[in-house]
Amino acid sequence: MKLTELTIAAARDGLAAGDFTGVELTEAHVVAMEASRPLNAFVTETAEKARDMAVASDARRASGNVGAMEGVPIAIKDLFCTEGVKAAACSHILDGFTPPYESTVTKNLWRAGAVMLGKTNMDEFAMGSSNMSSYDGPVTNPWRADGDDAKRVPGGSSGGSAAAVAAFAAMGATGTDTGGSIRQPGAFTGVVGMKPTYGRCSRWGVIAFASSLDQAGPLTRTVRDASIMLGAMAGHDSKDSTSVDRPVPDFEASLTGDIRGLRVGVPKEYVVDGMPGEIEALWHQGVEWLKDAGAHIVDISLPHTKYALPTYYIIAPAEASSNLARYDGVRYGLRVDGESLQEMYENTRSEGFGAEVKRRLLIGTYVLSAGYYDAYYLKAQKVRSRIAQDFHDSWETVDAVLTPTAPSAAFAQGEKMDDPIAMYLNDVFTVPASLAGLPAISVPSGLSSDGLPLGLQIIGRPFDEETMFRVAGVIEQAAAFTARPQFITGEA
Amino acid sequence: MSDLLKGNTGEWEMVIGLEIHAQVISNAKLFSGAATAFGAEPNSQVSLVDAAMPGMLPVLNEESVRQAVRTGLALNSKINHHSVFARKNYFYPDLPQGYQISQYELPVVGEGKIEIDLPNGDIKVVEIERLHLEQDAGKSMHDQHPTKTYIDLNRSGVTLMEIVSKPDMRSAEEAVVYVTKVRSILRYIESCDGNMQEGSLRCDANVSVRRPGDELGTRCEIKNLNSLRFLRQAIDHEAMRQIEVIEDGGLIPQETRLYDPDKGETRSMRSKEEAYDYRYFPDPDLLPLDLSEDFVAAMKASLPELPDVRKSRLVSEFGLSAYDASVLVAERETVDYFETVANGRDAKLAANWVISDLFGRLNKTGTPVSQSPVKAEALGELIDLISDQTISGRIAKDVFADMFETGKGAAAIVEDKGLRQVTDTGTIRAQVQAVIDANPDKVVDYRAGNQKLVGWFMGQVMQASQGKANPAMVNQLLKEIISG
Repeated sequence: MKLTELTIAAARDGLAAGDFTGVELTEAHVVAMEASRPLNAFVTETAEKARDMAVASDARRASGNVGAMEGVPIAIKDLFCTEGVKAAACSHILDGFTPPYESTVTKNLWRAGAVMLGKTNMDEFAMGSSNMSSYDGPVTNPWRADGDDAKRVPGGSSGGSAAAVAAFAAMGATGTDTGGSIRQPGAFTGVVGMKPTYGRCSRWGVIAFASSLDQAGPLTRTVRDASIMLGAMAGHDSKDSTSVDRPVPDFEASLTGDIRGLRVGVPKEYVVDGMPGEIEALWHQGVEWLKDAGAHIVDISLPHTKYALPTYYIIAPAEASSNLARYDGVRYGLRVDGESLQEMYENTRSEGFGAEVKRRLLIGTYVLSAGYYDAYYLKAQKVRSRIAQDFHDSWETVDAVLTPTAPSAAFAQGEKMDDPIAMYLNDVFTVPASLAGLPAISVPSGLSSDGLPLGLQIIGRPFDEETMFRVAGVIEQAAAFTARPQFITGEA
Repeated sequence: MSDLLKGNTGEWEMVIGLEIHAQVISNAKLFSGAATAFGAEPNSQVSLVDAAMPGMLPVLNEESVRQAVRTGLALNSKINHHSVFARKNYFYPDLPQGYQISQYELPVVGEGKIEIDLPNGDIKVVEIERLHLEQDAGKSMHDQHPTKTYIDLNRSGVTLMEIVSKPDMRSAEEAVVYVTKVRSILRYIESCDGNMQEGSLRCDANVSVRRPGDELGTRCEIKNLNSLRFLRQAIDHEAMRQIEVIEDGGLIPQETRLYDPDKGETRSMRSKEEAYDYRYFPDPDLLPLDLSEDFVAAMKASLPELPDVRKSRLVSEFGLSAYDASVLVAERETVDYFETVANGRDAKLAANWVISDLFGRLNKTGTPVSQSPVKAEALGELIDLISDQTISGRIAKDVFADMFETGKGAAAIVEDKGLRQVTDTGTIRAQVQAVIDANPDKVVDYRAGNQKLVGWFMGQVMQASQGKANPAMVNQLLKEIISG
């Protein structure tokens, strides 16, 4: 088997057994990363850094010092600040910005022995579900529909990370999820995408989109790999006031495969108009898999689900409109001069931000404005608590919730571009867990009739990633998803 | 006393509310660990958070919270056990985040009140609306380059307490007394050094005028007054400006104004229409601030004796006049100094020496009490010499002047210069006799009924004794001898 096709768990064993070295593993992935260029998944390749880190990793291993991700080459979403390596959130406005500091999550990963291959493409400032809003250009999904050569989107915003993992160019990748930005691209590219409980991973050094929603998480090819990688990313950080001070469990140990007696909720509200029947069918299939494994299926209601999307599209843009105010041309990144200070601001921000970012900044500014605040932002916060309460109530009767990840498979590049609402609908099933701050994972579970991957989502209790992983592992095993994308590095 | 202003069409009352921005004494900023020293090299005290680098997050400095709660308690105000940090959004080059983290709907301190001593001896209650914590902005320097503005972010993120009064003041004098009192309290509890020159304490004044008994008029806010003199001038000028506008048939638009100390006038900065829409909302990077009863109790226990309490004690314990007591308690250092001097001595005498003699000299040289060349113990020693009649009060003034100049002790000066008071009856009698003998004509006058001449004789004798003769004894012996 090629080194690039190993799972993280398998690579760990192979490295431990001395079957290959970290340098060899990294070298194979550097080659794969370079071969993946047609996908535009990476915006910055750091091959030299990867080689140096691999050498250091092998040296640590030789001295008996082996971290959980020792020698594993991974990709990092461009939203993470990486010391000495450009971090621009795929925005023109952060032109040439090279942070002199390392985000806590990536620092944790390096401490666990991981190797950085490069920075991955994403929707500008993580705003999007298609990766079409990147200043660095769209990412091509390694998957094509049967009998259709149209390039597909990888989903977003962590589109580059998902594509890199799906195309075997990286063993795993970091993503960030604000309303579904890890799970939806995971579903679109046939990989596992996992968003932990809000507060599980530090946001320090992650370029902010919407502070009350942003969470870092892993994209991997298996549930086990996600559990290993999350363990290396997570942990309390005194530099992030919203990071939660509680121990990080051994997530991998939760993958017992035993869900007998576990109660899994199926919410009746997770159906939308125009959703393909095959997605509903896959969902029912998922229910059957869980039943077969001994779980109790409970029909539940999450009555405020229908308000989640509009609520999200008030709160997230509101926070973004404030978070992105710092990109003003004064201190770093792009500056486009003008005759006056005002003009410099206008020129810089007009040129620096793309259309989708501008749309959300305008929405966010509007909903926070005097006279509109109560009707929009305050109302949205109240609805948000109701949505969280829905889940809270359901935890009395269930231990996890099963839903589809997205209402469609990957669509073609250019589709939905003239209809922001249709684009926003991509997030309809992922946004509720984001608003409630709950852990959720998308597991590749089947193919659409035209051969594109589809995902099922498992939502867990706050800080109960373990149960969520356990259910995800059972789905993964039952689905036995072995389909491969048309574009695989080294084969294309 | 009436503070009403005379216009052309009758009397007007001014109404003033103040916002005091007080920089908290702390080694770190409100949400970052950067240093806060005054006068450091530009941009030398700036953390990644203060410069609003991408991905940076604020972490609340507990010392700032402690100081805000202590200040709230010292201002007799309600402590809110649950408060929230909010973002105040606006663009300015010295505001790196594009928003100021402040507190909006739920401040850490709510309503309260303090008493201020008016010059006429009245006590007035001024109510506090709230106190909240907020970040300071950086500094824009427009005079360093012909076309460019330079930015210094040293102040960016420094902790400020904004103390908002209700519109309770009715004259510039009251406003000045109020600020002085708040400043005094902050300095007592060491939550702010109160240094207006360095910008540690600044005021915004909300000023309106109305006919006595009418509803409140439209107010104008005068920003950033950094001395008591400017505060007084700006308020007085602004009130007269508003009266003129209204008496000419105009209306006062609500606006923000700046005081120009060179021209002695206020001018419009931005109108209500141009006012920023700050789009306040709770800062999602920070958790709400929840304070336990125990924490608040501990803060209360950490407070020193406050000026009002101390003033009452000076009156009841030392028998000082209310005026003297209020002068002494204005600064904690001063009253500490006084109490050291007064300890075991005649308190009224001590108060006189501290207020008239010490303050007189310190004020002349602009020296703070803490750097007085005459320490409290030394002044006490001087007073002891008066009390045990080693020197007269008159000589003591000279000794004190010498102490102030040279820093030497009172006893040493008295010995060195031979200033010890003469209380020997024989010596004094001889000196009195000599003066009487030398001025027979004046003796005749005196005996003829010109009683005032006794003062002249006194002066002659004191002069002859180089001021060292005990004046009471001179007086007594003089009357005895001259009367024959």
